[in-house]
Amino acid sequence: MSIASRHRLRALAPLAFAALAALSTLARAADPVELQLLFPIAVGGPLTQIMDKLTARYHATHPGVEVKAIYSGTYDETMTKARAQFKAGQPPDVLIASAVELFNLRDLDMIVAYEDALKGSDTSWTKRFYEAFMVNSTQDGKTWGLPFQRSTIIQYYNKDAFRKAGLDPDHPPATWEELRDMALKLRDAGGVKFGLQIPSDNFGDWLFSALAWQNGLALVSPDGKHAYFNDPRAVEALQYWVDLGKAGAVPKGSVSWATTPKDFIEGKVAMMWTTTGNLTNVRKQAKFDFGVSPLPAHRQPGSPTGGANLYVFKTGDTAKERAAAEFAKWMSDPEQAAEWSIATGYVGSSQAAYDTPAMKAYVASFPAAVVARDQLAHYTRSLGLHGNGRATAALSDAIQAALTGTKTPKEALDGAQKTADGVLARFQK
Amino acid sequence: MRTTDSTRWTGALRALSAAAAWLCALAWLAPLAYALWASLHGAADETRFALDAPWTLANFVDAWHAAPFGRYYVNTVLLVLGILVVQLVLSTLAAYAFATVPFRGNGVAFWLVLVQLVIAPDVLISENYNTMAKLGLVDTLAAIGLPFFASAFAIFLLRQAFKAVPKELDEAAEIEGCSRLLRLWKVYVPLARPTYVAFALVSVAAHWNMLLWPIVVTNRPESRPLTVGLAIFAGQEAGVSWSMLSAATVIIIAPLLVAFLVFQRQFVQSFMRAGIR
Amino acid sequence: MSRTSVIAAGAAAVPGTAAARARRDTIGGWALVAPSLVVIAAFTLYPVVLSLVHAFTAPRGGVTLQQVHAMVDDEVLHKVFVNNLVFAAVTVPASIVIALAMALWVNGKIRGRAFLRLAFFTPTVLPMVAAASIWLYFYTPSYGPIDRLLHVFGLPGHNWLGTPETALPAIMVVTIWKEAGFFMIFYLAGLQNMAPELEEASRLEGASAWYHFRRVTLPLLMPTTLFVMVVAMTASFKQVEHIFVMTRGGPDNASSLLLYYIYKVAFTFYDEHYAAVLTLVLVATLLLLAFLQFRVLERRIHYR
Repeated sequence: MSIASRHRLRALAPLAFAALAALSTLARAADPVELQLLFPIAVGGPLTQIMDKLTARYHATHPGVEVKAIYSGTYDETMTKARAQFKAGQPPDVLIASAVELFNLRDLDMIVAYEDALKGSDTSWTKRFYEAFMVNSTQDGKTWGLPFQRSTIIQYYNKDAFRKAGLDPDHPPATWEELRDMALKLRDAGGVKFGLQIPSDNFGDWLFSALAWQNGLALVSPDGKHAYFNDPRAVEALQYWVDLGKAGAVPKGSVSWATTPKDFIEGKVAMMWTTTGNLTNVRKQAKFDFGVSPLPAHRQPGSPTGGANLYVFKTGDTAKERAAAEFAKWMSDPEQAAEWSIATGYVGSSQAAYDTPAMKAYVASFPAAVVARDQLAHYTRSLGLHGNGRATAALSDAIQAALTGTKTPKEALDGAQKTADGVLARFQK
Repeated sequence: MRTTDSTRWTGALRALSAAAAWLCALAWLAPLAYALWASLHGAADETRFALDAPWTLANFVDAWHAAPFGRYYVNTVLLVLGILVVQLVLSTLAAYAFATVPFRGNGVAFWLVLVQLVIAPDVLISENYNTMAKLGLVDTLAAIGLPFFASAFAIFLLRQAFKAVPKELDEAAEIEGCSRLLRLWKVYVPLARPTYVAFALVSVAAHWNMLLWPIVVTNRPESRPLTVGLAIFAGQEAGVSWSMLSAATVIIIAPLLVAFLVFQRQFVQSFMRAGIR
Repeated sequence: MSRTSVIAAGAAAVPGTAAARARRDTIGGWALVAPSLVVIAAFTLYPVVLSLVHAFTAPRGGVTLQQVHAMVDDEVLHKVFVNNLVFAAVTVPASIVIALAMALWVNGKIRGRAFLRLAFFTPTVLPMVAAASIWLYFYTPSYGPIDRLLHVFGLPGHNWLGTPETALPAIMVVTIWKEAGFFMIFYLAGLQNMAPELEEASRLEGASAWYHFRRVTLPLLMPTTLFVMVVAMTASFKQVEHIFVMTRGGPDNASSLLLYYIYKVAFTFYDEHYAAVLTLVLVATLLLLAFLQFRVLERRIHYR
């Protein structure tokens, strides 16, 4: 090889690195003096704009702080992002993530308690939230998460379809028996394809925990170290769900979480179970008279809470942690809580939110808005467990296996229990 | 007699084949056709195919404002072209060595390269993420592209192409006093053009579609490529809005599609001439 | 020894220069491959080694076979492994055959050739994420286009993505749709490169079109087929975008593939060590398949 060509060769290597460097500088033009907020969206509607509005208002009233709200996809993706950023040493400052993640966030030592972040300040305001939400947000006497977009599962029903089937539109099903019978009547009356839809491809574990709770069982222990997936009451509850499918009251197979609201809005199903977080979306889109009601009861009424909390990341920068905690508190203040609730359908996190003029006016015009809140009287906690969601993923798989008929409810839940026990064993020591 | 029979048969077969082709084309076109339809209609009509449904451009406006698609587009173009250019340069050099330089240890080196032909960096997301974190590159375009800067596939294809170059050409150039790298540029690269074109298409298509790795390694909108932007835009959990999603899709592919329509002849012809060896 | 150094050795009459030339070749050769090798070492070889280490160490340190035992008992892994094999075994040949048919169509004298070509090409420009979302709608029970079409023919609808028997096939259809249009381009290029005299000769000899296709066209397209096969095979193990959007692997992992499972274990269960074991399973599978493919390829290369 000639000397000239070797020179040319040497000139080529830096070229590649220059390309690399150019690529990386292009991507890194961020301003570091700001709070980063990661947030997921799990319901329909143009919510990113509302979030931008909120953070802009915060900046207007708190000029020293700029909050950059980053929409990061689904709940799972948001957790993945948050954890990845944390691991890479660039954690976000505030995270909106599922209430069930509290154990995992603490196991990984990713977040700080509000009492610690705001050391020296009065934190008695942490007592203002509904207790039902705080069981997934407090641990060891400290507040780790502030309820933000929290929810319960409610029953949406198409009153027009009820009338068509000769059912009383003001009497939605209140028991398991009524639920099945009415669903079949609604289907037989025509117009709709199915009487009822309960999604199971995503959040199936959460919807199932409602059935289990109605059958008298909390699927998880308060300390997040024990699962009771194959308790006879759970098996019975799953059997009931499977039988709904066999009877034709719900579609066969796994039902899509994403299309369920659409199916309801399209008039394809007469009733659906889903988060109250979809209420505003349904209200805006449904072209028929619809109502919402608490879930039916079996041994007892009730629904699990769900949705997401505001968490403050442990960045090591106490000034930033404090700023983040102050912002999170502001987000959970009654005015903002009311605004987010009206925009989405999520439950206002405190009684004070319902006492704001805006919320009072809203509830007066749309009484359905408080159904989910009132259901908190019969709440059970969200399905939080240690072990990064692996146990609940096994539960979701089991539910799908039973609903699609590949396993019996007992077999499926025994399998999930075995997985859960394996995952949780090291936390039980 | 026999000939008329057979022509009749061939004619029938030809008609059948044409029908199959058209049926296939319609099926293939259906998703895009639907996207166009849905993007121009309101959410209430997105699943109804009423011809009198009102047309609207609102979805485009909403989608455009809902996410920084302009930024995503720039990112994707930079990413795809950046990867391709670096791949072509690095692979050309390596393939040239493997094809023409009898260096000691070339067998070992070639086998090491071939490992990547089998194990694409795509499947090593978990470990590669850790590496990117250590390099401090998480959330940059470079992090998305870096693992693909070397391509065993390109090296392999180019090595084959270079080996097929008649040695007389190489010798003639050498006699004319061309250095080795100059010969690469003057003799080998032009003759391997078909391979370059074929590989470029595979590379661009692959990285234009890439989702999993970028979704893992990017955090902020500033570094997201289109696919990630679209994936979270279409976020399954949020309850799908096909009209909005379709509008976003149309926004994304319109430039490509228009370019293809305009340059269809040139594109097909240049590719035709290329062929693969 | 390659021809260049033979020439060089012949030209250099002075002994010792040959050795110098060889040394220079070695330095030059390594310098040329070094940039690629560094990238491959850093992002392919090193992670594989790292996976090996992680696979056999416990999260809190120490050598362990715990993860390997977990793998043996992991029903989900068994399921996604079989799924992936089925997925590859169906989508690779199917997309190749359809791609070839498409190429033959638009290469022939069919009416509306430009339109057909455009139609077949569209999946290539549609990013998989977008395409999958649209397909999600196509598969939606009762008001999705597929069910509506069935309804027109008086057939009952079906929960395509929510039934274990049809979820994976539904995903495979999307894959074939996406890949076939792409591969068509390569076949089209191959066909256009074929000398028209060949067909003329066949016709003069009275050979049927089928005979010509089987005995002339197909063998001449062999390099394209091999090329496409390698691309398709790799894709069938690294493409999971559609699963991400359409089924998230459900119901009960019926439509999950290996890489999607790895993503889930690594990035939602945060179990790096188990993800490492799964990565090794995938790597081993790929190596085995590559070995088989390589033998075919090598035979073909020897022919040249």
